[in-house]
Amino acid sequence: MRWGVIVFPGSCDEQDVYDCLKHVLKQDVEFLWHRDNLKNGFDCLVLPGGFSYGDYLRAGAMARFSPVMRGVVEFAARGGLVLGICNGFQILCEAGLLPGVLTRNSSLQFVCRQVYLRLEETDTPFTSAGKKGQLLKLPVKHGEGCYYADPDTLERLRHNRQILFRYVDGRGKNAPGANPNGSIDDIAGVCNEGRNVFGLMPHPEDAAEKILGSEDGLKIFSSIAAACEKREREVRVG
Amino acid sequence: MRVKIFVSLKEGVLDPQGKAVERSLHSLGYGEVGEVRMGKYMELSLNLSSREEAEARVREMCARLLANPVIEDYRFEIQE
Repeated sequence: MRWGVIVFPGSCDEQDVYDCLKHVLKQDVEFLWHRDNLKNGFDCLVLPGGFSYGDYLRAGAMARFSPVMRGVVEFAARGGLVLGICNGFQILCEAGLLPGVLTRNSSLQFVCRQVYLRLEETDTPFTSAGKKGQLLKLPVKHGEGCYYADPDTLERLRHNRQILFRYVDGRGKNAPGANPNGSIDDIAGVCNEGRNVFGLMPHPEDAAEKILGSEDGLKIFSSIAAACEKREREVRVG
Repeated sequence: MRVKIFVSLKEGVLDPQGKAVERSLHSLGYGEVGEVRMGKYMELSLNLSSREEAEARVREMCARLLANPVIEDYRFEIQE
């Protein structure tokens, strides 16, 4: 399988994603510049964290109009896998590929710390290698990670089981101090209805080796790799 | 012509910045202050002569970029 990591002006986590994929997971990965049209031949596109366009106006608001995003929207419509991390999550929401929006942390503070996530759904290409209820320890580092969706949208997210991760404490329980940004319903990551586009605020690429304090982020990348290999096998057999 | 655009948070959307300003005003002794809501104000100049066309264009700009319809409302004033 082939991974593409999209680089916007102001992205700053693209190298971490690249290193995690290339050197830890030995994957075939390349950078894609936001001004270029999207090439064919990718299985998963990653929109990394950072501050695209300086986060001016709203986080992600301008990056969604970068030329590469037309290709990303078409890629997603064809069922291609798209993963947005942090600023990438904000961009996917602004682009309408994911529901809701990410706003200023309720504390008004930038948060940079380890959090615990509870894996809520495993029937997606992003989470299939995990177990329901499993805890992942990942870092967050953001100022605008407070997820918000109106009550109807939230109800739809719950009904369609699109909430893939929630912030919890170290015992896996919902707790006020466990949610680092005031997100509604403790939401840390959601997918679209088609389950092929996923965004989350915490950084799996920064929890990919023991020396980083956690290897739990690999669960997400290895789920994606396994899903793509399964697809390839099915295509070959079919 | 010039356009003044006001973007405000929809009712019910949490506004931690507004809350912080509200608390500050209270601590300065302005107890009469009720709820504070933060918003954005933008000014832009337009190279158009038709007011009708300007309204349609600005509405489109707001819907596509300047406001996020999930959490924000907008209004604008056009000055010739």
